[in-house]
Amino acid sequence: MLLRAENVTFGYTGRAVLRDVSLAVGKGEIVTLLGPNGCGKTTLLKVLLGLNRLETGKVLFDGEDISAMGQKTLARKIAYVPQFHRASFAYRVMDVVLMGRMPHKSFFARYDNRDMELARAALEKLSILHLEDRPYTELSGGERQLALIARALAQEAHTFIFDEPANGLDYGNQIKLLEELINLSREGYTFIKSTHFPDHALWIADRVIMMKQGEIIASGGPEDTITSENLYALYGREIDIHSLKENFRVCVPGRLGNCRMKKPTIRCVN
Amino acid sequence: MQLKSCVKNTAWIPGLFFLLVASVVISLTLGKYPLSLEEIFGFLSTSCGFGSMDGQKYELFKNIIVDIRLPRILAAVLIGAALSVSGASFQSMFINPLVSPSLLGVLSGASFGAALGMIVSHNWFAVQSSSFLFGFVAVLISVGIARLYRGDRLLMLILGGIISGALFTSLLSIVKYVADPYNQLPAIVNWLMGGLSMADGNTVLFTSIPIGIGVLVIVILSPYLNILSMGDDEAKTLGVNVAAIRMTLIFFATLISAMTVVVGGMIGWVGLIIPHVSRMLVGPDNRLLLPVSALIGAFYLVGVDDVSRLLFNVEIPLGIVTSLVGIPFFALVLKNARKGWG
Repeated sequence: MLLRAENVTFGYTGRAVLRDVSLAVGKGEIVTLLGPNGCGKTTLLKVLLGLNRLETGKVLFDGEDISAMGQKTLARKIAYVPQFHRASFAYRVMDVVLMGRMPHKSFFARYDNRDMELARAALEKLSILHLEDRPYTELSGGERQLALIARALAQEAHTFIFDEPANGLDYGNQIKLLEELINLSREGYTFIKSTHFPDHALWIADRVIMMKQGEIIASGGPEDTITSENLYALYGREIDIHSLKENFRVCVPGRLGNCRMKKPTIRCVN
Repeated sequence: MQLKSCVKNTAWIPGLFFLLVASVVISLTLGKYPLSLEEIFGFLSTSCGFGSMDGQKYELFKNIIVDIRLPRILAAVLIGAALSVSGASFQSMFINPLVSPSLLGVLSGASFGAALGMIVSHNWFAVQSSSFLFGFVAVLISVGIARLYRGDRLLMLILGGIISGALFTSLLSIVKYVADPYNQLPAIVNWLMGGLSMADGNTVLFTSIPIGIGVLVIVILSPYLNILSMGDDEAKTLGVNVAAIRMTLIFFATLISAMTVVVGGMIGWVGLIIPHVSRMLVGPDNRLLLPVSALIGAFYLVGVDDVSRLLFNVEIPLGIVTSLVGIPFFALVLKNARKGWG
């Protein structure tokens, strides 16, 4: 297993946010974290990134404890693609992607031609090379997300951690993002991402981890985990799973369907 | 943005450097005893052993140029560069357009220190040391307060800065209240208005070393400043030791801004507007922005100092001029500057 968390418990001043969480991620897998707001998804991702100091438990990358690895070494192995975040300054897209080269530079070194080439190649791979001189702040949400993925590629890490990458993206860009993730995973990149869309997990995940109140309540392949019962346990809503064609399933909110189609007089609440 | 595309990025630094040198040379000619450019060059070549200037005239020129004007102009260069670089680095570090070097209380602390020095001692060096010392104490208090509490590191630092700044402003009021109203109080008030009339060769020489080192270190760390402005978590996952880099930057930004108070008292608005102007010219990349800010800031303060000493028969305190120029200018550029923050 590439990345493994063992019995992780973590909390802020007494309140446990993660309770005895263990998970294992294989190389090339797309792992999706599902769970309601505040269930600890973001905290777990930060633990896997080595951003939170653990009270108990440990995180191993290739068998090595990440807390002993040092920020720079870790940055060459695991890249973070943050949520569609507040824009800071209007850096050029190229300059943002070049930041991904930082973990490979010695302290006083400057970006050189090789760094520029790698950054260009990353942009090229995601077909956004034409954006290289544009101010990063003027990009659309989808383009910005792709630029951040390009930065992770330039970082030459092969494990990417995404915090709700589809948030704030329009429908087309959400689908485009999922397509890019599948393409990259075929090349051996590993993804761990959180999402609020069970559909996304059904469509591209190799493994789903369901979290509630800081604990993992289910984990496994999407066909085993994404069931009406589990989704009810997570979100408190009745969700039906329908098969459209072979191996392709979607979530449909059952009650919504009922009260719109069949029984127009029923109030649509619990 | 329009301007940016007209000038090649690499041309900015030599171009501005030339402009700065020219402004320094021209400023040497300006004053109560006007000198022509030929006279300046004549003096320079004589002091290098080439020219032929008669002894008495040489001594007079030496007095005007080397003892009076040059220290003052160099002080303007140092202060302008230091305030602009420290302002630009604070703005990037705190991801905030309204941040100036005074953010963490350094200027309030330094003013209090200077005022305190003036009432307990008549020694100028003691005043300067006390100013510097309390500038640092104020920042240590901000950082200390920020460390007391959990939560958003940047927000806590800013709140710490507000508390520490307010504390030293109150302490300054106490010092003003107990100061002798005939001699000490006017001296304190004058100092707080900022000015370079006290800048002598020794002070300039003594402060140029820490300011030079501070500016250099911050410029060297500029790629890290870019990454810090993306937020702590992102910076850490890009392999940057956020806490250490930020503390180093805060230390040197504090050092150089405290040094400006030592030389010239409180000179406001430079550290706020010059980074904005520079960002409009060359964009937000700190690798270019910081050296450009330093050069523009130095150029600006040399110019403003010329105005403050020549415009009227009596010298106007420099801090008043920088505020009067800075405030309307800031109001004008704010619309444009906000673009940079998306």
